[in-house]
Amino acid sequence: MIRVALPANLRTLANVGREVELEVGGAVTQRTVLTALEAAYPMLRGTIRDHTTQTRRPMLRFFACEEDLSDESPDAPLPEEVVAGKEPYLIVGAIAGG
Amino acid sequence: MTTVRLLVGTHKGAFILTSDERRERWKVDGPEFTGWDVYHVKGSPVDPKRLYASQSRGWFGQVVQRSDDGGKTWEPAGNEFKYEGAINTHKWYDNTDHPYDFTRVWHLEPSLTDADTVYAGVEDAALFKSTDAGKTWEELDALRHHPTAPSWAPGAGGLCLHTIIQDPTNPDRLTIAISSAGAFRTDDAGKSWKPINKGLRSDFIPDPDAEVGHCVHHIAMHPSRPNVLFMQKHWDVMRSDNGGDSWTEVSGNLPTDFGFVIDVHAHEPETIYVVPIKSDSDHFVPDGKLRVYRSKNGGNEWEALTNGLPQKDCYVNVLRDAMTVDNLESCGVYFGTTAGQVYASNNSGDSWKPVVENLPAVLSLEVQTLA
Repeated sequence: MIRVALPANLRTLANVGREVELEVGGAVTQRTVLTALEAAYPMLRGTIRDHTTQTRRPMLRFFACEEDLSDESPDAPLPEEVVAGKEPYLIVGAIAGG
Repeated sequence: MTTVRLLVGTHKGAFILTSDERRERWKVDGPEFTGWDVYHVKGSPVDPKRLYASQSRGWFGQVVQRSDDGGKTWEPAGNEFKYEGAINTHKWYDNTDHPYDFTRVWHLEPSLTDADTVYAGVEDAALFKSTDAGKTWEELDALRHHPTAPSWAPGAGGLCLHTIIQDPTNPDRLTIAISSAGAFRTDDAGKSWKPINKGLRSDFIPDPDAEVGHCVHHIAMHPSRPNVLFMQKHWDVMRSDNGGDSWTEVSGNLPTDFGFVIDVHAHEPETIYVVPIKSDSDHFVPDGKLRVYRSKNGGNEWEALTNGLPQKDCYVNVLRDAMTVDNLESCGVYFGTTAGQVYASNNSGDSWKPVVENLPAVLSLEVQTLA
């Protein structure tokens, strides 16, 4: 199972806790994880990636294993620790504003 | 028994306030959508249990929420607002051309005849329509493709379409307003639009009498007289007696004619309300006094309504969608402030009481009168 940690505003929107667990078939990449996340929680569509372009919203970033993956290819494999469920894939909102 | 329900959108969530017809004691429910900006919540006039809410956040974009039980439970509806056709440009603050870019829904206007139909006014300025209760949205794109659209420029809050008025006698007529492009009207259900800004004068733009470019803050209409419109412009309070074809100023003896809200009494179509704000640089009430001004003859002659409102050390603003009237026999008037107070009058504004005093900044207020 892939663990995904959501920022607070998206947890309230999806009515979930800090992390959700997802089954991801095939290659585990940022794209396949986010697609699985949006399939499981349709209310998150458009809140992380643009509906049309599928690009990351500018004030969100993606991390795993203490690495910033935000600008990596969405089709690059995620670290083994994420695939094995030992580490979460983190969706992080910018710490700014009130 | 009649119930009055106030739908409050705030900077950090939505609240629902309920009372009986006396409107003296209120129950406060919420917050819903905690931590999100709720620009607008409005109920369907066809089915008052059907509510729509605009929930947004710069980080996460736009969510539209729908309730079918009067706000007890909510369900996310569709949030894909895709501009139709070519993406054109509008002017940016520095006068460069800026591509239209969807940011948020400012205003949701449920249809007068169908609970599943709702209009959305958005930033960057465009009008969307859903006929499936918010599940999918389609742009009425003739507005954004109006020949003047490349010249539209944003106000301080962005290039937002914030006012949508339906004519109860003509389903093909819609009147909308954009800051800061002005007012527009369609008489063919959105297939074509015409600017309706004749008579507006804005001394802070290069051509004060321009066809477009006016910062209209809000427009109100009484349903019994759809050709009579009242406008709070950036500066100036205006009225039109011909559906917006021409406007005349009715600021009269107001202490300042800058402001955001304007509304019409439920039973007296010539009785209107505004909340004067000191200036476009000082967005708070003048002299530290929170005063609603009422005209009983359609403008020009205004009286200050102060009974029950703070008359010293008050520096709040009242935003464009934050005033509403109920339709009980003794008309209720309500407004919310940027300091989180919601005030109610159960006697047409003669006296006021706070309903709740410490909410987040109030962005919008709508009332439902429920039999």
